[in-house]
Order: sequence, then C-alpha cells, then structure tokens
Amino acid sequence: MIQFLTELVHAILATMRDVLPIAVILFGFQVFVLRRPIANIRRVLLGFGFVLLGLTLFLDGLDAALFPLGRLMAEQLTNPEFIGSTGAWSDYGWVYAFAAAIGFATTVAEPALIAVAIKANQVSGGTVGVWGLRVAVAIGVAFGIALGAFRIVTGTPLHWYIIAGYIVVIVQTAFAPRSIVALAYDTGGVTTSTVTVPLVAALGLGLASTIPGRSPLLDGFGLIAFASLFPIISVMGYAQLSEWRTRRVRRGENVVKSENRGYQVERRP
Amino acid sequence: MKTFLIEFIQSILDSMRDLAPIVVVVAFFQWGVLRQPMPNLGEILYGTVMVVLGLTLFIRGLEMGLFPIGEAMAHGFARKGSLAWLLAFSFALGFSTTVAEPALIAIADEAAKVAAEGGVIANSEAARTGYASGLRFTVALSVGMAIMIGVVRIIRGWPIQWFIIVGYIAVVIMTAFAPPEIIGIAYDSGGVTTSTVTVPLVTALGVGLASSIKGRNPMTDGFGLIAIASLMPMVFVMAYGMIRT
Repeated sequence: MIQFLTELVHAILATMRDVLPIAVILFGFQVFVLRRPIANIRRVLLGFGFVLLGLTLFLDGLDAALFPLGRLMAEQLTNPEFIGSTGAWSDYGWVYAFAAAIGFATTVAEPALIAVAIKANQVSGGTVGVWGLRVAVAIGVAFGIALGAFRIVTGTPLHWYIIAGYIVVIVQTAFAPRSIVALAYDTGGVTTSTVTVPLVAALGLGLASTIPGRSPLLDGFGLIAFASLFPIISVMGYAQLSEWRTRRVRRGENVVKSENRGYQVERRP
Repeated sequence: MKTFLIEFIQSILDSMRDLAPIVVVVAFFQWGVLRQPMPNLGEILYGTVMVVLGLTLFIRGLEMGLFPIGEAMAHGFARKGSLAWLLAFSFALGFSTTVAEPALIAIADEAAKVAAEGGVIANSEAARTGYASGLRFTVALSVGMAIMIGVVRIIRGWPIQWFIIVGYIAVVIMTAFAPPEIIGIAYDSGGVTTSTVTVPLVTALGVGLASSIKGRNPMTDGFGLIAIASLMPMVFVMAYGMIRT
C-alpha cells in the first residue's frame, strides 16, 4: 500500500512537470496581462487537479496493463515464425487486421479526441454528434494504420501515399460542407496522442525489424503520419454522407427548406 | 449528493464504453489469433480500473478547468483588444507545451540515432544530444508560430483551406529536397506535437476567440488551430534536416 502511494506520488509529480509550463503561462498572462480575476477560480483549480490526477491514473494504468501487452502482441504478430512468411505482402493478413483494429480501438479511447468532440458538439448546437465524430475519426485511423503497415511490408516510399492523400483531401474540401472543413483538419492532429502513439510505434518498429530488407530506423516511422491524414478524409466523407442523406430525406418528404437535420451548409454572405 | 453520485456512475460507465474496444481487440488477438493465455491477468485488471478512473476524472476536469479557462482567456484578450499580447500568448502556449512533450523527446532521440547512423553527424553522445535538442526547439518554434498564424487567421476570418493547401504544397516541395532519412520523422512529428492537455486548451482558445469577435462563426473559424500546428512542424523538420547536412 505504501509502495503504491509513493509510486502514485511520483507519477503525479512527473505529470505535473509536463503540465507546469502550461499552468505558468496561463496564470502568468491572466494575472500580469489581463489583470482580471478568473471566474469560479476554485472550480477551475479543482478542474486542473482532476485533469492532473486523471491523466496520471490513465497513463499509469496504460503502462501497467495495455502497453506491455500491446507491444508483445505487435512483436508476436510480426514474428516470421507466426507469419510463416514467403515474403509476399498477402501473408501479413493478421498484421493488417491487428493494425486496423488497434487503430480503431485506441482512437475511440483517446482523451484529446473526446475533448474536441465535446467542444464540436457544443459549438455546432448538437448537429455534430460526439460519438459519430469519434467513430468517423476512428475509421480513418484504422484504414490509415492498416495501409501504413502494408507500406512497410511492401517497402514502397512513404511520400507517394501522403501526397496521394493530400490530393484526396484537397478535392474533398471543395465538395464538403463548409462548416465541417476546419474541424476535419483538426481531427488529423488530435488522433495521435497518448494512447495511439506508443502502440502504433511498436507495431511499425516490429514490422520494420523483422521483414528482410527493411531498416527499423528508416521504415519504422511513418505510421503516425498515416494515422493523422486519413481521419481528415473520413470525417469529411462522413459529413458529405450525412448531408447527402439529409437532402434525400428532404426531397422525399418535401419538407420546408428551413428545417435543419444533420450537417447544414453554411455560407457567409 | 445523490445527483452527483448518479452523474459520477454515469461517467464511469461512459469511460468503460470508451475503453471496451481496446479490451475486445486485445482479448480477441491474444486468445483467438495468437492462441496464448493472458499474461499476469491481475496486473491487467488493475491497470484497466486505473485507466477507467483516470479517463473519468480527466473528462470531468476538462469541463470544469481547461475549457472554461481557455475560453475566459480568449474573451479576456478580445476585450483587451491588444493583438501583440494575444500573439505573445499564442506563441508562448504553443512553444512551451511542445518543447517538454514526452512523445517529441522520444522521437527527437530516435531521429538523432538515424542521423548518426547515416553519417550526417558524428556518432558521439554529445553530437546526438545536440542534434536532438536542436530538433526539439525547431518543432517547438514551429508550433508556436503555427498557433500565432492560426490566431491571426481567426481574427481576420480567412478560410482555413488556403493555409492547409499552401502547407501541403510546401511539404511536397520540401520532400523533394530533404534528405531521405529525415522524411519519415518529419511526417510523424506533425502528429505527435499536440498533447492531451494542449488540445483542449487550444480548441477552447480558438472557439472562444471566434465567438467573441463579431462576424466570426465558431464552427468554421474557431477550429483549425491544431491543423496548422500539426502541419508546420513537418516543413520545419525537413528544413532542419537540410540545414544539418
């Protein structure tokens, strides 16, 4: 029990060290530049305490349970003995399945994404669903990481995939509802933080070090880039799909134009 | 008290639902595909309970602390009307949250190893540390500048897509000239820079600014700060790789 408590205190101190610069800047600017008291200061401080303690428990728990197991599984799945490989890309079916499944599952649990989804739901007045957005992002990450694993297996250059993805994003931007574009771009950067990066990096490194002809240092990177590009595509796709469905329903029911359902196209004058 | 308890149980259940997919995936692959017993089950159960509790507390703290302060500061700066201070704050927020980010430290160390093995820098402890911290400062600088640019965009109401398209073009051009061993790291550095505490703060700042400036729509103008913050480091890291060769 005492050992557990000292460990917890250590972990909290480590998290505090990460959060301290942010706190100093926030309170420094608030006190010296804005010179205004913060409303509900006690509630805000309590909230900061919750964030600190929550993040500590979260990371500690992941370290104790999921990360070792996830890394072990990534190693075992990429082990040549398990694959029984002749070196063909099609022998790695379970690796792609694992990449997609773990990408989806870790994204759903990603705290930063939950934060953005909550905010988007508030700002959009409920038209962007918290759960819908997260599932759309998770599908994008799942596809991205599976494709990234395929790239490492085949050894094709990273930048062709990324450039192709960029072209898809630009074309989609022209057609997607305007209100979703900025949010979709943001989800790209949000998806890969605390939960996803360690597991995905282990998978990439495992693959690159067991496949003949791949260097873990050169080919092991790049999965995170895939995981931050494809959610942009899937979120815009999701918005386009809901807009299209809404339009079809409207036409079918012949309802009045002013009714909003799903995503609404906003055009500023 | 009773409503608080019900709320707390509700949010615990939400967190369990959020984590259920990971448990299902791990269990399926361990038993179904790899056909191996679960190692130290006790540890795993204990860790999962911690994760559920941690996520619940984090979300609660987010709504009580991080979101309100981010928005309060955005409103405060809008009322004060000083662009210089707002930009200084944006840069400081981006720079300071990135430079100490553990994921970035890890990736910078990896990059130094790659550079040393590729013969770009001397394979000594000192050279690697120098290269890694140079890379970290480069990324932190680029994130600080990105938040600044993003804030100016929100104030002016410029459409986000032009920034992203210009960024993409810059990435593609840099890719053609950057040394090949830096490209993978540069692409990854875009995704790792925005941490779990930074994201809610930056999002609240953007949305708060957009909603306190007349004529801005929080949905179309408020989001987008993180997008620019994850694009800029890619360009800067490739530039760093080019300068160091």
